[in-house]
Amino acid sequence: MSTPGGRSFGRFVADAADAGKLVVQPRMGFSDLRRMRAGLERTRFAAATTVGTVTIDSYTRVGAYDTARRALTDGTPLNGYPIVSYPLATTRALLDGVHDDTFPVQVRHGSSGPEQIIRALTAAGLHATEGGPVSYCLPYGRTPLRESVRNWAAGCELLAELAPGTAHLESFGGCLLGQLCPPGLLVAISLLEGIFFARHGITSVSLSYAQQTDPGQDVEAVHALRRLAAEFLPAQVDRHVVLYTYMGAFPSTARGARLLLEASAELAVRAGAQRLIVKTTAEAHRIPTVEENVRALEAAAAVAGLTEPDPGPPGDTGIYAEARGLVEAVLELDADLGVALHTAFRRGYLDVPYCLHPDNAGRSRSWIDDAGRLRWSSVGRMPIRATAEERPAMTSTRLLSALHTVARRYDQ
Amino acid sequence: MALSQSARKVLLTGTVSDSHTWNLVFLELFLTEQGLDVVNLGPCVPEDLLVRRCREHTPDLVVVSSVNGHGYADGLAAIVRLRAEPELADLPVVIGGKLGVDGRDDADRVARLRAAGYDAVFDDGDLLAFERFLTDLAAEPSTPVGRPA
Repeated sequence: MSTPGGRSFGRFVADAADAGKLVVQPRMGFSDLRRMRAGLERTRFAAATTVGTVTIDSYTRVGAYDTARRALTDGTPLNGYPIVSYPLATTRALLDGVHDDTFPVQVRHGSSGPEQIIRALTAAGLHATEGGPVSYCLPYGRTPLRESVRNWAAGCELLAELAPGTAHLESFGGCLLGQLCPPGLLVAISLLEGIFFARHGITSVSLSYAQQTDPGQDVEAVHALRRLAAEFLPAQVDRHVVLYTYMGAFPSTARGARLLLEASAELAVRAGAQRLIVKTTAEAHRIPTVEENVRALEAAAAVAGLTEPDPGPPGDTGIYAEARGLVEAVLELDADLGVALHTAFRRGYLDVPYCLHPDNAGRSRSWIDDAGRLRWSSVGRMPIRATAEERPAMTSTRLLSALHTVARRYDQ
Repeated sequence: MALSQSARKVLLTGTVSDSHTWNLVFLELFLTEQGLDVVNLGPCVPEDLLVRRCREHTPDLVVVSSVNGHGYADGLAAIVRLRAEPELADLPVVIGGKLGVDGRDDADRVARLRAAGYDAVFDDGDLLAFERFLTDLAAEPSTPVGRPA
């Protein structure tokens, strides 16, 4: 088993990148121990350069550890691995002989209060996780942003303390609501969270970006993210970019799902991302099996192996400038980035479209143009410009159609 | 249609452990277009908060939506809690979405949710059935939803 002081998650990804390999990773978590173990083993031995995933269940995510424990007693299956509720010995046994320097494992959760999860994962010998003060609060919960910021500042410091030299934290900021958020804001939040992590003692970070509706726009966004990371993150902070295969409504046909996954693997390599979180052919229907995850990992790796990075920078439609404008506007608000983020949302300088959280202004709106690119139809008070002409009001039918644009395109 | 004419109030909510919101954003638009007045509580709503908001808003219908696979367990706990409140015992409450982790349309699950107090269960997010339910509810003057304010 790897212990703090061993090779970090960030180091593993960097070494793979040096060898010309894209690291691929599943989104996988089961409460059933045999399945979880099989998931890690099968991921490790897949025909791909992989890292493992332990995705936490939703009860643990919201801090309902007792409910998770009760479900284990009752035999009710959970949608992930309840790392806080299982005894430490159980998690150690789960990882024993599968997690080591050649196979790092990341704990994925979505919690706005990560302390117990961080304590549980470090106690079990793990040191990589993900989240962020904004991305694990605003889109998906009701924790006040101020509280999430406080929890994540403490969480970063705790992780740095408990896993000295190996702590790795990924920002989920490039995903937000999964879809219909224009790239400039995704890039800005991802970078701001990376800076937040660094300011709270984390020395190895990954910045995320989720595949959206248009490959050209996405390549430009990943380039913008890399460029901004070089400009704004302290030089000594290790970093890489992680791409997510489309996080919205997924194609319902196996063929469509596979094509979309392959497009994301191609995008990752072309744009210079070092790691890819895959999706499976089951995504539109249910939580995928271990087998389906392995197939997705191997398919993504095969496509990545056949793809060359783009030789030069992509065309510029203004994503870099938009993201930079947002980042600078936030950083200028306060020397304490946590305070600055809170103020930015209160003033609407950051405003996630279609986000229901009370701390979000809710004045921004986006749409997919006829060429398939994501654009702002309203920016609210964000210090950027809307690019769209007047759009018809969003109806349930139009929303459903927009949410299924990608699925429809790939299912055809 | 009676429902649309009188702009009845619907309380729309996610379940305690479910962080998904596109379902809630969509349903808010959909219900608004049916002429209903929608209060959207958002995701991750604990049972106590749901009870408080039901008292506060006195809705004519509560719509519980869940897609994270815990919908059955969370939905069951929520309805048991709601039905334990005497003044909420008759409030129409429905649930829909993807209610289990296995993607199966489980008749037993539906029956248990109904037995615990849901007026209707739309497993796998059957929107047409939900729309029919709204229409039927509006057409029945005997139900609380059909009654004038």
